[in-house]
Amino acid sequence: MNFFYLRRKFYNILALTVSLLSAGFGIFFLFWILKDVISFGLPALNGSFFTELPAPPGAEGGGVAHAILGTFFVTVVATAIGVPSGILAGTYLSEYGRKSKTASTVRFLSDILVSAPSIVIGVFVYAVLVKPFGGFSAIAGAVALSIIMLPVIVRTAEEVLKLVPDATREAALALGAPHWKVTVQVVYRGARRGITTGVLLAVARVSGETAPLLFTSFNNSFWNFKMTEPTATLTVTIFNYALGPYEDWHTKAWGAAFLITASVLVLTVLARLLVTRRSAG
Amino acid sequence: MNNKINIKNLNFYYGEKQALKNVNLIVREKEITALIGPSGCGKTTFLRCLNRMHDLYPGNRYEGEIILDGRNILEKGLDLIKLRSKVGMVFQKPTPFPMSIYENIAFGLKLLGFKKKKEITERVEKALKDSALWDEIKDRMGEHALSLSGGQQQRLCIARAVAVEPEVILMDEPCSALDPVATAKIEDLMTDLKKNYTVVIVTHNMQQAARVSEYTGFFMMGEVIEFDYTQKIFTAPSNKLTEDYITGRFG
Repeated sequence: MNFFYLRRKFYNILALTVSLLSAGFGIFFLFWILKDVISFGLPALNGSFFTELPAPPGAEGGGVAHAILGTFFVTVVATAIGVPSGILAGTYLSEYGRKSKTASTVRFLSDILVSAPSIVIGVFVYAVLVKPFGGFSAIAGAVALSIIMLPVIVRTAEEVLKLVPDATREAALALGAPHWKVTVQVVYRGARRGITTGVLLAVARVSGETAPLLFTSFNNSFWNFKMTEPTATLTVTIFNYALGPYEDWHTKAWGAAFLITASVLVLTVLARLLVTRRSAG
Repeated sequence: MNNKINIKNLNFYYGEKQALKNVNLIVREKEITALIGPSGCGKTTFLRCLNRMHDLYPGNRYEGEIILDGRNILEKGLDLIKLRSKVGMVFQKPTPFPMSIYENIAFGLKLLGFKKKKEITERVEKALKDSALWDEIKDRMGEHALSLSGGQQQRLCIARAVAVEPEVILMDEPCSALDPVATAKIEDLMTDLKKNYTVVIVTHNMQQAARVSEYTGFFMMGEVIEFDYTQKIFTAPSNKLTEDYITGRFG
């Protein structure tokens, strides 16, 4: 009796130790990354970092204002393309297609798209939007990011729409509401927070993408306000500066890395807050 | 009393499986008709035929006729939206919409084309009074409907159904998720409702059927075994199966 008890206790402690160590392993690297990003990135931030164009290569000073603006534009346009189409596709899967063959095909394809390497999507957009139109452009970068976003939003939208009970849909239909009104006025209402959370997480995910932008929006050392021109982004700037020969570039790359990490963190925390508010109310 | 709904030789299939067999039944106007029977006997399936709820899911098929005010509602090309605004429904579990109490009721009114805020507010108030909910929630109209208790939510659903002024109200075990106090309130409400509406209620609770209804249909295995005055069904059923069921010998 006592032996069995001790053995159980031993295995319990063993399992606890192993899982704690594994959790610690993951968190350790996360904090290491955060520590480096903060300790190297924070000193790079100053007024000119946010407001000025880059200094000529080799010279000290200047900033990455053009890349901040570029990332903002590219992400906003990507969101404007990816979010509505993603939500509508998710709506089709959850509200109309359901178990139909078309719906399961769409589901399958979007699962493949989720796992497609982002560089492949970059090359694809290069072939479709960059080469035929004769040059890199911000819009091509936005399209590449929206394609990466799309499957994430499709599946999240479908999942959260499905959380609205069928009885609620039936009740609305039983009042004589047409299907589209049930979807827009009742089902979307119930899934509003879930969809917002999904959108924020998808935006956070694409805002750190580099590879697809290398082939699409490329880079620019100057202000660019045209969607049809090459545009600098923070991630591509990090890539270029980190590989560059100058110490000042490395510092700038850390600063940009800090900026991206901080904005992803803010988006994620915002999404978290929405989720907890939902479960509370 | 007039016949409101006349069901003739109704068969219903979920895909290949036949769920209703040759159902004949008459629902009288402004009376409560109760449907009782063991689980899986087809009473809910039957109820959902009366507002064509089965049309939502593919593979379902009706045969026969359901004559509502002289018109067969099973005919092809029937406007389901019109049918459903004429035949309202209250479900087993409360189904409040994810919005405020006020908006829950206003939703149906807006569907009917009401646009003036004042008119909608008046009707919302009237529906809540008719559903004996007004006094409890008149100061909470802007609150989320899910903040109400289960019994209040169910009365809100009844209010929502009543607000659009249908002619028939279908109730699918409306009290099965509620405690006895809430159940008593809803039963009182049903008795009030029959002054203006034709009510068909599915219930597992035989006392409830006996208390509130004028007519009762006993279903078993997808067939109507007996349909008569409630009093007759519960005191002198003519079929042996009905007697066995109501005396609790099976089911």
